[in-house]
Amino acid sequence: MGLAAAMLAAAGCQDSGNSDGDAAAADCGGKIAIFGAFTGPNAGLVIPSLNGAKMAVKQFNAANANCKVTMQEFDTQGNADQATPIANQVAQDQSFLAVIGGHFSGESKATMPIYEAAGLVMVSPSATATELTAAGNKSFHRVVGNDGTQAAAAVEYIKNVQKGQKVFLIDDGQTYGVGIIDGVKKGLGATAVASDKVQTDQTNFDATISKIKSSGADTIAYGGYTNEAAPLLKQARAAGVKAKFIGFDGLYDPGFPSGAGDAANDAIVTCPCLPADKAGGTFSKDYQAEYGQAPGSYGAEGYDGATVLLDGFKAGKKTRADLLAWVDAYDKQGVSKYIKFDPSGDVDKSKVAIWSYKITGGKFEPEQEIKLTS
Amino acid sequence: MNFDELFGHLGQHTVDGLAKGSIYALVALGYTLVYGVLKLINFAHSEVFMVGTFAVLGTWTVMGATNNPGIGMMLVFLAAGLVAGAVASGATAVAVERIAYKRLRTMNAPPLAFLITAIGLSLVLSEAFGVWQGRLVKGMPTIVPQEVVFQIGNTAITNTQLITVVAAILMMIGLDVFINRTRYGRGVRAVAQNPDTAALMGVNKDRVIMLIFLLGGLLAGAAALLYSVRYGNTRFNVGFILGLKAFTAAVLGGIGNLRGALVGGLVLGVIEVYAATLTSSNWEDVAAFVVLVVVLLFRPTGLLGESLGRARA
Repeated sequence: MGLAAAMLAAAGCQDSGNSDGDAAAADCGGKIAIFGAFTGPNAGLVIPSLNGAKMAVKQFNAANANCKVTMQEFDTQGNADQATPIANQVAQDQSFLAVIGGHFSGESKATMPIYEAAGLVMVSPSATATELTAAGNKSFHRVVGNDGTQAAAAVEYIKNVQKGQKVFLIDDGQTYGVGIIDGVKKGLGATAVASDKVQTDQTNFDATISKIKSSGADTIAYGGYTNEAAPLLKQARAAGVKAKFIGFDGLYDPGFPSGAGDAANDAIVTCPCLPADKAGGTFSKDYQAEYGQAPGSYGAEGYDGATVLLDGFKAGKKTRADLLAWVDAYDKQGVSKYIKFDPSGDVDKSKVAIWSYKITGGKFEPEQEIKLTS
Repeated sequence: MNFDELFGHLGQHTVDGLAKGSIYALVALGYTLVYGVLKLINFAHSEVFMVGTFAVLGTWTVMGATNNPGIGMMLVFLAAGLVAGAVASGATAVAVERIAYKRLRTMNAPPLAFLITAIGLSLVLSEAFGVWQGRLVKGMPTIVPQEVVFQIGNTAITNTQLITVVAAILMMIGLDVFINRTRYGRGVRAVAQNPDTAALMGVNKDRVIMLIFLLGGLLAGAAALLYSVRYGNTRFNVGFILGLKAFTAAVLGGIGNLRGALVGGLVLGVIEVYAATLTSSNWEDVAAFVVLVVVLLFRPTGLLGESLGRARA
């Protein structure tokens, strides 16, 4: 029960790894750590990115036989408590020269100071909370638009496409959900009529549904992940709530439509990630060939995150400090977008594309790119 | 504090709370039965419920259930779900007793040992389902589409809420009659009062203990069906919070007291919905436990506070 699960979580399911430490001795190449929710309820969101990064490493090693890069996976289940001991382990193991991650905002926020102290550069494919780059952390970079941009796009979408007059805001009280809903709330102003906060692993949403009904909302915006959003939407629809539903990239996960069933039809999910066929180069084709399916959420971003670092290894960078400087100065076209970081670690906002996806028959269909007017 | 919403729709929130609490009550009965007889908390009971929800889901999937079936198929699915949930949960509960408790009991282990084996078994079951069924929430077909059956003022009572509350009360009454009026029930009460004397009088203690685990499991299976009908979702850790709440409900009503479990469950459900309405949904647990602490300060044995054995021996 409660106590027991907490003990289990503390024990963690982390790869012990075989850090032999002699990788750094080679003239070229080195070792990267990648961490994120590779198992657990939200793994569906993260696996495409892991696959993208793996593919980038594989292609790099095939093309550069004299410059081998190895990548070691660390599973955090998306949980900040599990990410922290992993961060300490990676920081102390001097054979690791760079980090891909975190994939979620909470685990990134918890581990950023540890990696910064160790001088390890972090390149995140999918941690989008605005506050991550606002903290002045020198180590954190991301190849994805932040939630400030995504929230602004969502506000545009709610106003201009869904024509929402009364919007009900829900978040799950976590770093990512609270951040994006705050952004949406500011953007909507008086159109946001009411709100509620749910908690992780909640299963009964009667109180929230009553609030939605009394508010007379015509649109529901949800910041959080599938495990709560799917039952919430299902129960709301069963209770006769007709309001339109908009979620964010945390719900861009095949588990969301499968958990919510028919209730998910016509729900909108925004994501600062490209539809598979819009990615540059041969990425989509290669991914399809490698894994037998189209790249899902953040596949292209995972590939880009790895590529930024791999280019550094190829340029002969082989210390943590050199790689950090390399990423800071990076300036090149990636498959998801043009990649160049501003001093805070965000990618150039004008290069970020936010897409809306509509759920139809249990599948995400790319709908449109949301243009920001401001 | 959103008092307008709470008092503006007080009837609605009360009905929501009662429906939510009914499921707590059915699971709470399992805790209270075992505590009443063995004086220990069966922490694996939350997983007995979880197994029930997966049995219901599995049965519906095998039968090819789809959303909104006709009335005939609806009844068939409900009956099949009830049988599947009750059999799976009942069998799990009996297995829990066999695996986690029986040997410890015969060896006169200290009570803490039972607690640890129950928590261990609970984790094993939950994690096994997590590995087998995945850790993501699993949707179920909507067998009973929600419809409003009564409308009193601005309070709408839906068919699923009505089914849940009525079923919970009927099962509670059935159990009460079984314990207080039948020969098996007399055996249960005898063992609860004094196991050794009961054994001397020819009551088979082992059989009584198996019986209470089975009864608790059957009720948890019924709760699993009601939960599946009403919420249409399950996952590997679905029993985790619900079990904690049901245990709280049992303590609130007076652990060991069957009627207390019902009262505790309903009160807890209503408190949670009120609290979630007044503030936000993530405050409901805080409110529930504050009320529990306050009640226990003034009534350490819970609201109805008498044990199974002393209730009309």
